[in-house]
Amino acid sequence: MNSRERILGRVRRALADVPRDDPPYEQAVSRDYAREHGDRSVEQTVELLAENLADYRAVVHRTDAEGLAGLVAGLLEKRGSASVLVPPGLDEGWLAATGVTRVTDRAESTPHELDRVDSVVTACAVAIAETGTIVLDGSPDQGRRRITLVPDHHICVVRVPGQVVSSVPQGLERLDPARPLTWISGPSATSDIELDRVEGVHGPRTLEVILVGDA
Amino acid sequence: MSGTFVGMPAFPEAAREAVGNETLRGNLRHATHTIRAKREKAVTEVADWAELREAGKRIKDHTLRHLDRYLQQLEDSVTAAGGIVHWAADAAEANEIVTQLVKMTGESEVVKVKSMATQEIGLNEALEAEGIRAYETDLAELIVQLGKDRPSHILVPAIHRNRGEIRDIFTREMSEWGRPAPEGLTDTPAELAEAARLHLREKFLRAKVGISGANFMVAETGTLVVVESEGNGRMCLTLPETLISVVGIEKIVPTWRDLEVFLQTLPRSSTAERMNPYTSTWTGTTDGDGPSTFHLVLLDNGRTDTLADEVGRQALRCIRCSACLNVCPVYERAGGHAYGSVYPGPIGAILSPQLRGTQSEIDASLPYASSLCGACYEVCPVAIDIPEVLVHLRERVVQGGEVTREGNKVVLRPAKGHAAERAAMRAARWAFTHPAALRTGQRAASRTRRFHPRTLPGPGKAWSGSRDLPPVPAEPFRDWWQRTRGGKGGAE
Ligand code: SF4
Repeated sequence: MNSRERILGRVRRALADVPRDDPPYEQAVSRDYAREHGDRSVEQTVELLAENLADYRAVVHRTDAEGLAGLVAGLLEKRGSASVLVPPGLDEGWLAATGVTRVTDRAESTPHELDRVDSVVTACAVAIAETGTIVLDGSPDQGRRRITLVPDHHICVVRVPGQVVSSVPQGLERLDPARPLTWISGPSATSDIELDRVEGVHGPRTLEVILVGDA
Repeated sequence: MSGTFVGMPAFPEAAREAVGNETLRGNLRHATHTIRAKREKAVTEVADWAELREAGKRIKDHTLRHLDRYLQQLEDSVTAAGGIVHWAADAAEANEIVTQLVKMTGESEVVKVKSMATQEIGLNEALEAEGIRAYETDLAELIVQLGKDRPSHILVPAIHRNRGEIRDIFTREMSEWGRPAPEGLTDTPAELAEAARLHLREKFLRAKVGISGANFMVAETGTLVVVESEGNGRMCLTLPETLISVVGIEKIVPTWRDLEVFLQTLPRSSTAERMNPYTSTWTGTTDGDGPSTFHLVLLDNGRTDTLADEVGRQALRCIRCSACLNVCPVYERAGGHAYGSVYPGPIGAILSPQLRGTQSEIDASLPYASSLCGACYEVCPVAIDIPEVLVHLRERVVQGGEVTREGNKVVLRPAKGHAAERAAMRAARWAFTHPAALRTGQRAASRTRRFHPRTLPGPGKAWSGSRDLPPVPAEPFRDWWQRTRGGKGGAE
């Protein structure tokens, strides 16, 4: 007997007490928790997102479609970045105002190559206000998971209010589980040494989130 | 479980030793109190906590009650998404599978995400024996590994170490494993973290094989989920060409939607955050993004035996948040090592003896490593009634009875009279001579009054035959004191 059969057999014997008419999943699980916490207007939800992002030490900026390219250029310059990683499907206009060397992520780019890039600019799939979370799903304007991980500086553009939801349940609903997802709440952090919070052990130590008003 | 723990003294001895260690107690006290207070705040922020907790409990219970079905569904969906599923009945088999998988890649080193399942099976040691070096990449695990030490807490495994000790470990050991610690390294957390960043980055960038566990597996979609803070998890999950995940069979949830419950309750219970900095999900493999080969090793190793116990099976609901450790007066005093297993604290006291059986002295003594105060049950995000299981296991140790071991029903003999009584009494004496532990303990004792027998069962009968066990008052003295003195002066 192989281990698969052995384990499944053990499970079945272990569950001999469970009646055949045990309530099915739909009835067994209660869902009387809240879909979202609190009653907020759209503006308030965006405001909460900004607050919670900042609370987790992301740097939050707000602008409109016109101001975006200038803001991105300014942030890269302020950081002193010499190079910026660009996912293949990023809106061309976002980087129109910067002269920083662009590095396109290619399938054959090695981690060492990525490690030499200073910054990365991406879009996101959805942002969750109550937890201050942005979620990337690997779409062409967000690129592979590794590009937002290896460089030390990540600029993420969120379209508001279109991409913003209130809560985790609303966020999950919008996401496709078949895609590889990365949920980011503030920059990388550790509290392993005497519970002192230190930003950035392995992921980007600086996360800047730009909230762009929908046109 | 891990060979590291073989030969551990039983809990009362180990605890007595730990209680005498001032540094350890200081560190633990600071840690548990800090996290405890923060958690309280994070939980009160969500008005529907009770409903989330109930939903989490029911999802897990339902899944466990139909585990065979969900395991097969998971296998199908992982396979459909491009993953390869393996089944491991015990630690030896899991280690063998992983070792073979690593060897097939031709690599002799792997990077690891913090995973209790791989600690439980002693994977690092098994790989080592086959000439494969496993690098722990979580900062705390790195400290533990470099210090040739054992983890002492689920969430912050190196909590028993202070910054000075960590600096010394880094300075002494890093060069053995790769990039040495920077010259003149001080003991500020920021510098220590930077040293770890540099040391580990070198490994991440060249790693071809990553090994992880998972916090959740979704049967419906075949998705695995890892929740973390540092980004070392993301490194291990996305940079290598091959990813091997070793996951206990109890970590399943039926549907994608179920994550909405646990992604709300886990971070708040665990690190007291609204959300942990990084959560990664992956479903099989994705072309051009992340590992091109994905293996899932489903681990039994005592879980089906635990499942066979109708009272004890609720321990399998555990999502390893560690909240119960931080409120436990016994853990606070004794530290994680005293439990002699990778699962310390209240959850360890009920999980380890079930996974491993209660034959050994340490496992027989674990159900006594508690004051039955009920604080662990109060904070548990999946409402595991730890005191209930503790009492159940004590009965088992003392009276013996039918249990399942490795899939077979066996009848345990009652523990030898003296041994059981001694274990119980020593544990009790220990608690009673440490008044702070007891004080906190009594707070919720009245709630668990139904568990308090008038006479001790089994061999304890002789002892209680000539003594009355004092009944527990409806309102503990401590509560009365707090209430009448407005909480002033009642703190430890
Ligand atoms: S038993 Fe409950 S509180 Fe303890 S670690 Fe598990 S889920 Fe958390």
